[in-house]
Amino acid sequence: MAARKLNLKERYSLLTRDLDWEYSYRDKKEIFPYEEFEGIKITDWSKWEDPFRLTMDAYWKYQAEKEKKLYAIFDAFAQNNGQQNVTDARYINAIKVFLTGVSPLEYQAYSGYAHVGRQFSGVGARTACQMQSIDELRHVQTQVHAMSHYNKFFDGFQDFPHMHDRVWYLSVPKSFFDDARSAGPFEFMVAISFSFEYVLTNLLFVPFMSGAAYNGDMATVTFGFSAQSDEARHMTLGLEVIKFLLEQHPDNVPIVQRWIDKWFWRGTRLLAIVAMMMDYMLPNRVMSWKEAWEVYFEEAGGALFKDLARYGIEMPKYAATAIAEKEHISHQVWSIFYNYTHAAAFHTWMPDEKEMDWLSEKYPNSFDKHYRKRFEHWREMERAGERFYNPTLPMLCNTCQIPMGFTEMDDPTLTAYRQSVHKGERYNFCSDGCKDIFDHEPEKYVQSWLPVHQIYQGNCGGADIEKVLSEYYRINMGKDNMDFHGSPDEARWNEWHNLQSAEERLKKAG
Amino acid sequence: MSKVYMALQDNEEAHYLVEALEEDNPDATVDYQPAMIRIENEGHLVLKRETVEEKMGRDWDLQSLHVNLVTIGGNVDETDDEFTLSWN
Amino acid sequence: MAVAAITPDYTGERLDRVENFHGNIVVYVGWDRHLMFCSPVAFATPPDTTFGKVLDELIPGAFAQHPDFEKIDWDQVSWLLNGEAFTPDRAATLETLGVDHKSIIRLQTPGLEGIGGSHS
Repeated sequence: MAARKLNLKERYSLLTRDLDWEYSYRDKKEIFPYEEFEGIKITDWSKWEDPFRLTMDAYWKYQAEKEKKLYAIFDAFAQNNGQQNVTDARYINAIKVFLTGVSPLEYQAYSGYAHVGRQFSGVGARTACQMQSIDELRHVQTQVHAMSHYNKFFDGFQDFPHMHDRVWYLSVPKSFFDDARSAGPFEFMVAISFSFEYVLTNLLFVPFMSGAAYNGDMATVTFGFSAQSDEARHMTLGLEVIKFLLEQHPDNVPIVQRWIDKWFWRGTRLLAIVAMMMDYMLPNRVMSWKEAWEVYFEEAGGALFKDLARYGIEMPKYAATAIAEKEHISHQVWSIFYNYTHAAAFHTWMPDEKEMDWLSEKYPNSFDKHYRKRFEHWREMERAGERFYNPTLPMLCNTCQIPMGFTEMDDPTLTAYRQSVHKGERYNFCSDGCKDIFDHEPEKYVQSWLPVHQIYQGNCGGADIEKVLSEYYRINMGKDNMDFHGSPDEARWNEWHNLQSAEERLKKAG
Repeated sequence: MSKVYMALQDNEEAHYLVEALEEDNPDATVDYQPAMIRIENEGHLVLKRETVEEKMGRDWDLQSLHVNLVTIGGNVDETDDEFTLSWN
Repeated sequence: MAVAAITPDYTGERLDRVENFHGNIVVYVGWDRHLMFCSPVAFATPPDTTFGKVLDELIPGAFAQHPDFEKIDWDQVSWLLNGEAFTPDRAATLETLGVDHKSIIRLQTPGLEGIGGSHS
C-alpha cells in the first residue's frame, strides 16, 4: 500500500504527543515538582492544543530561511556604510537603549522558557516552550550581531551585558524578568507569554520597528521583524496558555486574573521607556506613543479581553490608569533621563522647535499644559551654558525600580506617592499597581536590589559617584553619557556629513 | 464584533499574500505602513493556500507564512489549506 | 500569602534594612509641584542630622537650580512627613522628629507655581 501523505494535524500529533512516554518507575510529582505549588489545577494535559501546528522539522526549515534573509541584509548594511544613512545620530541612542535594556531580556526569556519547558508534564506545552526558548536565543544573537556594527562607530554599546547587570535604569528590565523567572512556571507563562508577549510586545516591536525603517535603520528593522515573525507564534502560545488554564478548572480563574493584573501593570511600567523612545528618539516619527497605545492596547487588547470575558476574565485591574497615562508617560520618562543623562550610557537632548510642535499636536491635552514650558526652560539653561543635570540621586519605586517620576492621573502636577509598612519597615511605590504587587508578596519584593540604595550601602564601588559610574557601571565618562550636543557621537556624525555643530556655527557668525 | 488583524513585512512575497487576503476577505482593510502592511477585518480573516498559489503561479506551503509574518490579533486556526484568525 | 513559593514559610532577605546603611538612614525629599526635578530625591544621612542641616545643606544642594528656589518664604512652607502634616523644628534631629528609615519629607510652597506656572 502506498504511504499516504500525513496532514498537518497528524504530523503535529506524531511529532509532539507521540514523543511523550508513561513514567513507570518514578512518581510524576517527583519528575515535575513545580507543577502544583502555585495552586493551578490541571486535570487533563491532553486538552492542550497548539494552534500553530509547527513541528521541529518545519521549525528548523523556516528559521533557517529567516536567518539567511536576515544576514543577507546585515551584510548589505555593513558593506554600504548603513550607519551613515540613518536620519540623525540622535536616533542611535534608541538603539543603545534597546541593546542594553531589551536584548538581555531575550536572553532571560531563552533561559526562562528552557526552564519551564522542562517543568510542564504536558508534552504540547513542553514542545512549544522549547521552540520559544530557541527563538529567544536567536533573537539575542541576531540583535547583538546587528548592533555590533553600530558599536564600531558610536559610543555606549561596548559593555551591554555588564551594564545590564549593574546600571541603575537597567535594573528596571532586569528585575522585571528576574521577577518572572523566579515565579512558578504557570505564572511565568501568564507573565511573559500572555501579558507581555500577547498584550504588550506589539508596542515594542511593531510601531518602533516601523519607526526604525522610517529612520533608515535597515539593520534594526530587519532583526526586529525577523524576531517579530517568531513573536506571532509566541503570542499564540500566550493566548493558548490562558485559554487552557481557564478551561481546566474554575479555581484557576482568580489566580490567572491576579497574574494578569500584576503583569499588565509591570509590563506597562517597563514599556514606559519605549514610549520615550518613540516620542523623543525617532527623528522621523511614524506615530506617537499615544496613537500606538490606542491601536495596540486599547483596540487590540480590548478585543482580546472581550473574547476572554466568557471565562470570567476582566480587563487588567489598572488598565484605566494605564490608559490615562498615555498622555503623560513618554514626557515623564524623557524628563527622568534628561535629569540623569550624566549617569546614563546614552545621550538625551531637548527637542527642537519643530519637534516640540509635533508633540503639542499629538498631545493636545497634556504637552503644552504640563511639559512644554519645562522643556523650553531646560533649553534656555543649555543655551546659557548651564545644561540642567539633577545633582541628587533619585528616589526609586520598590517594585518597578523606576525613579518616582510618575504623577497622579487626576492631578498630573503632583508626584504619586504610595507607601506600605511590612515587618516595621517602610516601602515606597510610584503607583497603586506597584504597591498592590508588593502587598501581595512582600517577602519577594523586600529583596529588590534598588540601585540607589545599593550605592548608599557602598556596594557599588564606594561613595564616590564618579567612580560608581566609571568603574562599577563602566560608563566611558564624557563619551557615553551627557547631552548629545557636544558628544563625540555628534562630532563624528557632523564630520561624516560635513555638518557644523551649533557651537561652531555660532562662533563663525560671531 | 472585534477586529482581527495580521501584519506582514512589506516585501515581494507578501504582496501576493495581500492579494490573496483581499480576494478572500472582500471587506478587509489594507494599510501600508513603513516597512509593513497591516490587514484587518471584522471578526474573521482567512488566508487560503490555494488562492496564494494562484497569485504566485507556483506551489506554496502555508507554513512559510511565518517567514513574512510580523504580528497577529485573534484566535488562530491553521490547517494545510487555511490560516484563520477569529474572535468569538 | 507572603509569597507564592515552593519552600514552606519562605522569607526573603530584606536588602534595605537600616543596618546595611553604615549608621545612616535613607530619607527622601520631594518638592511638590516642581517637576523640573523629575522625582523626589534620596539622601543617606545619620538619624541625628538636625532639621536645620536638612534646610541649610541637603535641600539647597538638591533644589537650588530652580528659579523658584530663592523665592521660597521658609516660614510659609508646609511640610508633610509620610503624607501627614508636620511642623519640624530646626534644632530637632530627624530621629526625634519621627523621620525614620525610608521616610518621605515633602515641602509645599503655595504661590510658587513652577516654571511659567506649569508646576514644573
